[in-house]
Amino acid sequence: MGQQPRLDTSPPVTDEIRRTSCYMCACRCGINVHMKDGAVRYIEGNRDHPVNRGVLCAKGSAGIMQHLSPARLRAPLRRVGPRGSGQFEEISWDEALKTATDWLKPIRETAPEKLAFFTGRDQSQSFTSWWAQSFGTPNYAAHGGFCSVNMAAAGIYTMGGAFWEFGQPDWERTKLFMLFGVAEDHDSNPIKMGLGRLKARGAKIIGVNPVRSVYNAVADEWVGITPGTDGLFILALVHELMRAGRIDLDYLIRYTNAPFLVNCDPGSEDRGLFLRDDEGRPLVRDRATGRAVLWDTPGIRPDLANGLETGGMAYRPVFQLMAERYLDPAHAPDAVAARCGVPAARIRRIAAELARVAFEEEIVIERPWTDWKGERHAVMRGRPVSFHAMRGISAHSNGFQTCRALHMLQILLGSVETPGGFRFKPPYPKPPEAHPRPHCRTRPGTPLDGPHLGYPMSPDDLALTPEGAPARIDKAFTWENPLSAHGLMHMVISNAHAGDPYRIDTLFLYMANMAWNSSMNTAQVMRMLTDTDETGDYVIPRIIYSDAYASEMVAYADLILPDTTYLERHDCISLLDRPICEAEAAADAIRWPVVEPERPGHAGVRGFQSVLLDLGARLGLPGMVTEDGAPAFADYADYMVHHERRPGVGPLAGWRGAEGESHGRGAPNPRQIERYIENGGFWLAHIPEEAHYFKPWNRAYQDWAVKTGLVDKPAPYVFNLYVEPMRRFQRAAEGLGRHRPPEHLRDRIAQAMDPLPIWYPPFSEDAATDADYPLHALTQRPMAMYHSWGSQNAWLRQIHGRNPLYMHGRLMAEHGLEEGDWAEVTSPHGTITVPVARMDALNPHTVWTWNAIGKRKGAWALSEDAPEAREGFLLNHLIHELLPPKGDGLRWANSDPVTGQAAWYDLRVRIARADPPPEECRPVFPPVASPVGPAPRNVRRGGTE
Amino acid sequence: MTSLPEKTERALGLVIDLDTCVGCHACVVACKGWNTEQYGAPLSDMDAYGAAPEGSFLNRIHTFEVTPDAGPVAVVHFPKSCLHCTDAPCVTVCPTGASYKRVEDGIVLVNESDCIGCGLCAWACPYGAREMDAAEGVMKKCTLCVDRIYNDNLPEEDRVPACVRTCPAGARHFGDLADPESAVSQLVAARDGMDLMPEQGTAPVNKYLPPRPKADQAPDGEIDVLAPLLEPVAEPGGFLGWLDRALGRL
Repeated sequence: MGQQPRLDTSPPVTDEIRRTSCYMCACRCGINVHMKDGAVRYIEGNRDHPVNRGVLCAKGSAGIMQHLSPARLRAPLRRVGPRGSGQFEEISWDEALKTATDWLKPIRETAPEKLAFFTGRDQSQSFTSWWAQSFGTPNYAAHGGFCSVNMAAAGIYTMGGAFWEFGQPDWERTKLFMLFGVAEDHDSNPIKMGLGRLKARGAKIIGVNPVRSVYNAVADEWVGITPGTDGLFILALVHELMRAGRIDLDYLIRYTNAPFLVNCDPGSEDRGLFLRDDEGRPLVRDRATGRAVLWDTPGIRPDLANGLETGGMAYRPVFQLMAERYLDPAHAPDAVAARCGVPAARIRRIAAELARVAFEEEIVIERPWTDWKGERHAVMRGRPVSFHAMRGISAHSNGFQTCRALHMLQILLGSVETPGGFRFKPPYPKPPEAHPRPHCRTRPGTPLDGPHLGYPMSPDDLALTPEGAPARIDKAFTWENPLSAHGLMHMVISNAHAGDPYRIDTLFLYMANMAWNSSMNTAQVMRMLTDTDETGDYVIPRIIYSDAYASEMVAYADLILPDTTYLERHDCISLLDRPICEAEAAADAIRWPVVEPERPGHAGVRGFQSVLLDLGARLGLPGMVTEDGAPAFADYADYMVHHERRPGVGPLAGWRGAEGESHGRGAPNPRQIERYIENGGFWLAHIPEEAHYFKPWNRAYQDWAVKTGLVDKPAPYVFNLYVEPMRRFQRAAEGLGRHRPPEHLRDRIAQAMDPLPIWYPPFSEDAATDADYPLHALTQRPMAMYHSWGSQNAWLRQIHGRNPLYMHGRLMAEHGLEEGDWAEVTSPHGTITVPVARMDALNPHTVWTWNAIGKRKGAWALSEDAPEAREGFLLNHLIHELLPPKGDGLRWANSDPVTGQAAWYDLRVRIARADPPPEECRPVFPPVASPVGPAPRNVRRGGTE
Repeated sequence: MTSLPEKTERALGLVIDLDTCVGCHACVVACKGWNTEQYGAPLSDMDAYGAAPEGSFLNRIHTFEVTPDAGPVAVVHFPKSCLHCTDAPCVTVCPTGASYKRVEDGIVLVNESDCIGCGLCAWACPYGAREMDAAEGVMKKCTLCVDRIYNDNLPEEDRVPACVRTCPAGARHFGDLADPESAVSQLVAARDGMDLMPEQGTAPVNKYLPPRPKADQAPDGEIDVLAPLLEPVAEPGGFLGWLDRALGRL
């Protein structure tokens, strides 16, 4: 061999690094965008950023290909062909905004509820909701209702926060971590980083999931549970722990409502409600005196074992009711093992491991702290077991109560907000009473009477008209789903089409692929969007849509307002919205245009939030115009800096005050965005060490939260093992109180609104289903792909470009299926024909596939013969937003009866070999015309040739 | 025919922890992004939005199921890139000398200006770790980010391969495997790091840390050890009696 070639090992890397926030999924990691010759060339993680600390997932690194996607829209579009055809003409922005204004102005002046404004994967909900409130329509929500509202709402009602954005395991200290259900995407990098840290320390990971993919693959123990039975499994763990007294009694009497006294007099109108003093404050029994005293009296010893009688009524502590329920043999491992698909011995062993780690490997941090009563604690004592769950357990019709059960388990172990357990992230903890109530009162030409979404505390808070009819088009906050805290986006189109509860004029959607993967019953939804009445007019008269890309939904709109890519825009990741804080720090962040949006030869694209402000000014919406009627904000960046939600509190918390001298609270700072950019695109404020744990009850934390502007005064509270507001709904179903549910919903309300966690079978299940549809069918989102967006990405689609239906080898053998075969998959609602593949690391009664890989021909600038359009499919076609008729003359929603969350994972199917196999997945839909033309064939260095 | 150095001064390589890798493909795409901008020709994507997209990747993840004697089926994610073999058959087979192993650090590279795209090296590699770039007609492979690890234009902490820098789970480690004191060598010693297909005689530098034994492959009889933890609370008075006494002790 001759000389080695001379190699330059120090080539120039970049002209400049611009630091902003990722938007390839909902994690919102910090990214370093490398620029060369004015163009984006490479994206890596920002090491300083609190969310990802330098790492970046496959999606994030592929962001350059999203930015350069051939599916990017280029100009506002006006529909010229029939709806659904995809035939558009490009128009100017002036024309587009004038059209939208001409449509919306008369609505606002006459009947603001005729606008339904729903945003999908919107990361600016505090802004979009403010806009909708100012417009005056009650019909606003984002996508939480079809995502994971059960997890969020159950967490808020139980303890003032849930997983992901609300809190995280104490990764540094936890010794046993249990991960429930499908959770690969919420959140993405932080969970992987956390698992890596647990692995490095040798902590144990238990995965509970019907499918052993990704995180469950590295789990030390995998529990391949039957879908929909997580709640039953959790309550069996509770049964075992209680029976053995392996619960943290000191924690329960100090920090929960376990000692609150419940009226147990069967003849009392107040049965099930707490004993309260004249000012409505709950009372507990003090063991020292046997008397009822205020729950937060310093120095008392609250009782859990004994109740009392007063005023002729019998009262028992919440904990007694819990013991009665969960010690019942119906919750014993032997009683639930078969249904859960988990042997009883294993349930007992996991319970024993939780007990051992929580109570025999207790953590003590030598760090004094003071509670809100003024009691000084010498140490911080913790129970190092922690949990995480997301949609896997929540997207069921029993999801709310299952999520409640998981939170109850954590609380019984004393592991919430203690070292080694689960930790809140600011602005959480925040109990339900600290959130707004829903508002729905409209008046022409006037803003709504308050925020749309919130947490009802009783039937008085439902969004009903004076006549008792649903006030919202999605029927959120009605007796059908009283606690629908995120709205029900998945019901909007079918309700609008049915004119139930009323007809609307304009459907305005943002970043929501409702004509494809974001809807149940996709084919029917497409029909509803194109359906005409007897005069030939569309039943949903007008549809405005904003998206950055040529998604399937584009073809179904009349007017398209094209958005920018995430590298071309301003955004604020705000504490007022879905935060990105850490357990030991508050944080917020921005996006800023690291490149300007350029669409040569076309009218161009604009950031949707800036367009909304422009539209708001044209409509004269309060807050968006000055006194003389001029636009109040130049664009969204201007709003981010100058808008104040409360005096001194705006979208961004960092560098407030004229000189950027204050944080949290302070006057607007005109140079605020520059300061964020200088700091790497984010702001971070550490929580004092004394305030790191016990946040809901820790005086130092409460004081810090006030100073930082998260709350206006300290608001300590206890966890709600017993959710009294749910009991208020249950009472109504028993005929008590001012507001009563309609007759046909009474039994369901009485069952579902149980104030203590319960388990009931998913609504899709009954004996007939078990016989005709013996299999469960699930989807998961791959870690390298985030819903439909990913398929336009030349790199990511090479990783996930088709999706077979995975099934156990024994199931394949039973049905005569071999690798490469196709199967007909039938649910009570329909049939699809899809390719199959074998996977044995799977609950044997479950089949599954990747979510949202399948594409409509003509969408996303893919060629019509792309594998996504031929060998990719949606399970959505098998899922109806309503359950099959039950013979009672009613159609029941396929959703959780508490929150209305879409019960995606209740799906039951049967399979049969498809013979002969089809050439492509069925159903097949005709192609839509592409508004962006064909994509280039070959790609190199981000460009094309 | 190209010869290998008798000895390299160092043996830089990767240690990949199969117990921790969640198979997320972060390393795959970070590698694609970096290497399409740096060493040699950009990595192409043919038919990028069409029926059969086919791009060059220097690192790919494979997923396998493993059926143990007892307990449930396990899943292993297996990232695979060039292993920078000590006895690299891809080098010795190269007819032009384009493939070579660096004397100073043992990194195996392709000098693209000498590569004629004959593909012999890909045939010789038992791991399938080389890919012909369809647009450029040259052989592409992992460079161990030779343009990062010595790069004075990068902060010192970033002088690691792109795949290592980005790995969210921390499953990838980079260092000198010829130095028994290095962190990677220590890790290999502590975790029984292994060669991939040692029978091929390639003496790969990269090592894999095998998955730790799964707890779920032990029988549930382990309850015997833990059973006292679930002993029901004592009589008299049953649960409420215990509760009353326990509260009295607080």
